[in-house]
Amino acid sequence: MSEETITLEVTRYRPGHDREPRAQTFSVPYRKDWVVLDALNHIKDRTDGTLSYRWSCRMGVCGSCGMMVNGVPKLTCAAFLRDYHPGPIRVEPLANFPVVRDLVISLDDFMEKLRRVKPWIIREVEKPVAEGEYLQTPAQLDLYKQFSMCINCMLCYAACPVYGLDPVFIGPAAIALGYRYNLDSRDEGYRIRQPILTEAVGVWDCTFVGECSVVCPKGVDPAAAIQRSKVAGAKEWFMSMLLPWGGR
Amino acid sequence: MPAEEGYRHDLLVVGGGGAGLRAAIAAAEESNRLSIAVISKVYPMRSHTVSAEGGTAAVMRENDSLDTHAKDTIFGSDFLADQDVVEAFVKEAPGEVIQLEHWGCPWSRDPDGRVSVRPFGGMTVNRTLYAADKTGFHMLHALFQTSLKYDKIVRYDEWFATSLLVEDGKVCGVAALNLHDGQVRPIAAKAVIICTGGAGRIYPFTTNAAIKTGDGMALAYRAGVALKDMEFVQYHPTGLPGTGILMTEASRGEGGYLKNKDGYRYLQDYGLGPPTDKPVHRKMELGPRDILSRCHIQEHLKGRTFEGPYGDYVHLDLRHLGEKVIDKKLPFVRELARNYVGIDPVYEPIPVRPVVHYMMGGISTDISGKTSLDGLYAAGETACVSINGANRLGSNSLTELLVFGARAGRAAARYALERPALRSNPIAQLVSDERKRLDQRFLRADGRERIADIREEMQNAMEKGVGIYRNQAEMKETCETLRKLRERFAHIGLADRDAVFNTELIAALELECLLDVAEAVAHSALAREESRGSHTRTDFPKRDDARFLKHSLAYRTPGGSRIEYLPVTITRWPPEERKY
Repeated sequence: MSEETITLEVTRYRPGHDREPRAQTFSVPYRKDWVVLDALNHIKDRTDGTLSYRWSCRMGVCGSCGMMVNGVPKLTCAAFLRDYHPGPIRVEPLANFPVVRDLVISLDDFMEKLRRVKPWIIREVEKPVAEGEYLQTPAQLDLYKQFSMCINCMLCYAACPVYGLDPVFIGPAAIALGYRYNLDSRDEGYRIRQPILTEAVGVWDCTFVGECSVVCPKGVDPAAAIQRSKVAGAKEWFMSMLLPWGGR
Repeated sequence: MPAEEGYRHDLLVVGGGGAGLRAAIAAAEESNRLSIAVISKVYPMRSHTVSAEGGTAAVMRENDSLDTHAKDTIFGSDFLADQDVVEAFVKEAPGEVIQLEHWGCPWSRDPDGRVSVRPFGGMTVNRTLYAADKTGFHMLHALFQTSLKYDKIVRYDEWFATSLLVEDGKVCGVAALNLHDGQVRPIAAKAVIICTGGAGRIYPFTTNAAIKTGDGMALAYRAGVALKDMEFVQYHPTGLPGTGILMTEASRGEGGYLKNKDGYRYLQDYGLGPPTDKPVHRKMELGPRDILSRCHIQEHLKGRTFEGPYGDYVHLDLRHLGEKVIDKKLPFVRELARNYVGIDPVYEPIPVRPVVHYMMGGISTDISGKTSLDGLYAAGETACVSINGANRLGSNSLTELLVFGARAGRAAARYALERPALRSNPIAQLVSDERKRLDQRFLRADGRERIADIREEMQNAMEKGVGIYRNQAEMKETCETLRKLRERFAHIGLADRDAVFNTELIAALELECLLDVAEAVAHSALAREESRGSHTRTDFPKRDDARFLKHSLAYRTPGGSRIEYLPVTITRWPPEERKY
């Protein structure tokens, strides 16, 4: 076979069998339009059916396939082999999470934290559907839109030095999503949600190095959400509501 | 009962995508006496609703009317939609999209603050709401995040339902495999709603995510419920070659052109003209998907498409829209084209070709989502409530999952409230049988057949026999191939015998579902001797209302599907020739 290949060093870990994770080396065809996920699928289909990882949409929106690629959190469906040529490429489970098996991490902690920030519209009185939509201008939409783009892929947690040291930290994505609802003109839950966010941010020493925003594949900028939540008093929030450009 | 014996709820939703979450919330709002659970093989926010791009249709403006939406939908369906269901659908659609607005969905807005609407294929007026070109993503996350406020909605994330439990002709829950410990347990429920989405993965080239393996359709089919109108498979005209990633129809709604290799807007040659600079509803690039996909094949046969490493393609040209419009209305299209084919649509046309996108058919239900099996309901793409008929109009499916997800949730809730408590013994026996089946079939089996081989051969057979154009000989061959693949599947061998997160076992279970669904598609297609909507036969090129103005019902038998028929409900729109 003259086809060019590239080497993947993939972390394997089977609970109950392996005392600790180990790397296994696989050689896969090198194709310029393949992503790391394609290489993993090739391994699973053709070489070793026991390799476990999550994936689904393969178009960067379902958030399933986050892994460490050469030490950096990436969506493997958007990480092209050509960018790591000639290899080898190290593929590991996302850092800072308990590993379930191989490249599969546990999301339990995040799921609990997501609920804690109350990521839904809170109203004192809900408007009946028959009365139609809440009006929201494009400027009001733009205020929170960026923070609504989070796909829950967990790359920001894998990059977060604070979460790495103390997993009690509520973390970048959950804070960004809580903040997103605080900024939504339809929401009246600021007083309920902000103490959760303030506490979540305040007592933890986020250094604002912004690693979370660097690795975010969707441009959400959770670091900005954390920073603004930290300094956000009611005043800043009300100002931003009155002057949509004020908070930018 | 204790955890090892299983779990017990009043109502169980299988699938945590748009339809499933809408159903769960509707049930929670219907009664606070109900215990509700959602089981999904993935975390709900990973569900494939997340990939929907273009928008969701509802009558929102003064220049529109429910009758126009109904007429467009029925016309688009090539008169195979049930018109009473369509009428209910268009009537409840506006309330559902507003409800979602109240739940925080970030719909794109007009300057005055109202939700915006855009043109879409086959629709007479602008009625497609959107959140830029990530509509499904935003809808799914709004639904999921809203569902978190209901404490009584319990979730089983990353559990795979392996079979429906049926006792005394009534559903009493599911047997389900917990991916995290490999145990199969009963999740008992008085009512079960299947919301597991489509089955695009029966084909080799699809927009559908890896998880779209028709699991719910197969569960119902095996339990004796009919799969309706399965021969109608939608090819979306604009997918990226190679990956099949969708370039949303909104690209054309916003004014994009389809051009052949001579730079010519070829749709004008197929009765869709005249070409205009600005998009005109139902004309040219805003024609319906089945027709546009056929036009692509015709262009190819005339030698006027490009040839690439992943097959023939044409150009989707957005350049004239300008960077501002593209970034505001179609940012995801730009991101995807740049990432996956290295093309920036601001400066270059995007290569596209038809790609399997949507199953018009599914689990046969009535207008409230109820199936023929007591206690079993279905909604969303996995169901066939019959609003889409032989061809779905773009942006009707997101609305469908809201309207009929909610309907199924309410109907199942009312049913569960009236039913007496379930008995434990038969459930325990049913699950014990299912454990044995899985053990023998997969975990102890040492066959030599490989999952990927069977899957690939099935996909290729489907594309060959039941693709865009079909004929009897090729369909028969596909049916025969599927029969042989089913035999080979009995000799499947798995390398992975681990309990924890055994994705090879899941892949085998999914393949078993795919084979069932593929069989229903191929047999239903073979039996329908006419051309209607997406089902185009070269040997029967005309629509034949005298013989086939009716729904196909595929029932599972050991020798393949048995096909029966069901009349179509016509209310106010008698069938006429479908011409755009």
